[in-house]
Amino acid sequence: MNRFAVFFCVVAVVGGAVTLAALNLNTALGSPWHVPPYVVSLVGKYLCYAILALAVDLVWGFGGILSLGHAAFFALGGYAMGMYLMRQIAGRGVYGNPVLPDFMVFLNWKELPWYWHGFDNPIFAGLMVVAVPGLLALVFGWLAFRSRVSGVYLSIITQALTYALLLAFFRNDMGFGGNNGLTDFKDILSYPLQADATRAGLLVVTASVLAFSLMLAYAIVASRFGKVLIAVRDAESRTRFLGYRPENYKLFVWVVSAIMAGIGGALYVPQVGIINPSEFSPANSIEAVIWVAVGGRGTLVGAVLGAVLVSGGKTWLTGALPEIWLFALGALFILVTLFLPAGIIGAFRRAPAPLPAPEPAE
Amino acid sequence: MTRPHEDTLLYLDNVTVSFDGFRALNALSLVMERGEMRAVIGPNGAGKTTMMDVITGKTRPDEGAVIFGRDTDLTRLDEPAIAALGIGRKFQKPTVFEPLTVWDNFLLALAGDRRPQFTLWARETEAESDRIEAFLATTRLGDLRHRRAGDLSHGQKQWLEIGMLLAQDPQLLLVDEPVAGMTDAETAQTAELLREINRSHSVVVVEHDMDFVRALGVKVTVLHEGSVLSEGSIDHVGADPKVIEVYLGR
Ligand SMILES: Nc1ncnc2c1ncn2[C@@H]1O[C@H](COP(=O)(O)OP(=O)(O)OP(=O)(O)O)[C@@H](O)[C@H]1O
Ligand SMILES: [Mg+2]
Repeated sequence: MNRFAVFFCVVAVVGGAVTLAALNLNTALGSPWHVPPYVVSLVGKYLCYAILALAVDLVWGFGGILSLGHAAFFALGGYAMGMYLMRQIAGRGVYGNPVLPDFMVFLNWKELPWYWHGFDNPIFAGLMVVAVPGLLALVFGWLAFRSRVSGVYLSIITQALTYALLLAFFRNDMGFGGNNGLTDFKDILSYPLQADATRAGLLVVTASVLAFSLMLAYAIVASRFGKVLIAVRDAESRTRFLGYRPENYKLFVWVVSAIMAGIGGALYVPQVGIINPSEFSPANSIEAVIWVAVGGRGTLVGAVLGAVLVSGGKTWLTGALPEIWLFALGALFILVTLFLPAGIIGAFRRAPAPLPAPEPAE
Repeated sequence: MTRPHEDTLLYLDNVTVSFDGFRALNALSLVMERGEMRAVIGPNGAGKTTMMDVITGKTRPDEGAVIFGRDTDLTRLDEPAIAALGIGRKFQKPTVFEPLTVWDNFLLALAGDRRPQFTLWARETEAESDRIEAFLATTRLGDLRHRRAGDLSHGQKQWLEIGMLLAQDPQLLLVDEPVAGMTDAETAQTAELLREINRSHSVVVVEHDMDFVRALGVKVTVLHEGSVLSEGSIDHVGADPKVIEVYLGR
């Protein structure tokens, strides 16, 4: 992972997204250069996954915290955005209720639950996209890292966390649309979501957020803080005897990572048009870990690459041979672990030159 | 709790540590003067490493107190707090930060602010670089400054770890088996280095290598089954029948 690779990735992501958007909006339907709108949304979705992958790499690749529940933060950010989009429908739903989303009317609810208030305001909703995953991560991390829970135990707890949220969000009386989740969105910031220009705009915004996240993550891991973090990852107890408090280092990246994942989820929802409890399913979090492993753990750029390649492969394979996707994913993980332990990016890294023999003592 | 006298730096008072009923330390008492270097020897499992674990906060004793300086009871503090007081430790198995360069290993060890809100924004200062240069020279790792610490030889890692200990600038250094796996020449150099360090720091060295302990030329404490068996010069303890029995009678 170096400055050049990060710079190259930022340029490729933003440049690629702007090019796709321009080719979608400025070319005629029949032209060989035309990019259909579904491709725009698909790439936008991949880039949201890349933000999630980056979040996972930050804690796993550099802090040694293997989270098997990061999709929970992604989904929480997504639900906060979904609530805003539901409130934007206002009066244009099937039941025409000026305030209540359709699913609440269907459940015979008379008024908006307290926690839905304020979500008609985009600034408040945006704040919640950051605050909800951030606060959950803060409380969870504070408890876990302070009591020195780590390794497999921590991974299992993160998995339990996302599973608990999955079950909770399935319930109708939670007030988040139960099984069906939130959908049938109309517009975002008053721009119609079905319009090509809105979708192209979302793609470019997502690419920019990804680029910013990548630079932020790089700044963190390249700082002295990042060096301490790597030291904590490989020799946690040793850092304590040097006077560092590893729990504070882990907590900081953990919260930053959760917020990053939440923002990724918030950008994901308007582009796929739905958020439902299945986004909390443990398999999603595991898939995010596989993206990072495939691209190269601890390389940042590899996480982005892995997310895009593996989800691209998933789109193709689930179209061609839907029943074998899970087997293919499992096989991919095993092959990468065996033959590319440092991932795609790691395989391209130049091997260090042999060390000169230790100087003979005089 | 008071220490025996004015110049005492470290005072272990009746420290007992048991693991599932087995006493790794058994009412161990030990007094160290400020500025002293002390060698601790003893057969495998005597409790030498456990003693360091207790001093540095890794293990809490079941009984007893560990007084540092005037009146600080170390058994009430955790590892980072004890490190901040000025106690540094080198482990039996060398542990350096392998993916980081030799330079960065020194940088993280340098005395300074350890909080994340500082390290996030910290820029390397000239004073810091100068100090790192000095430690590179002392440990003869200057040519390897940009190499990953993981690429170093075993002996070089030992030296890096001792150098990092110096960089922390602690009052008291605890050094667990510094010459394990070193050649005779490296061992002699390490004895020299420790004597140099002792000019400005107090040091506890645990070692099995008798030639090395002899080369240090300091007071020796012999541990056996978690308590002090004998104490004095190397020739004194070497002639002690109890020590001879423990070392030869097994
Ligand atoms: N965490 C632990 N749990 C159980 N027993 C332990 C633990 N740590 C140490 N012991 C036991 O306590 C005894 C003292 O161990 P210690 O590591 O202090 O010995 P030592 O003098 O450093 O030996 P060596 O010369 O082999 O390094 C040993 O019998 C060891 O097995
Ligand atoms: Mg030992």
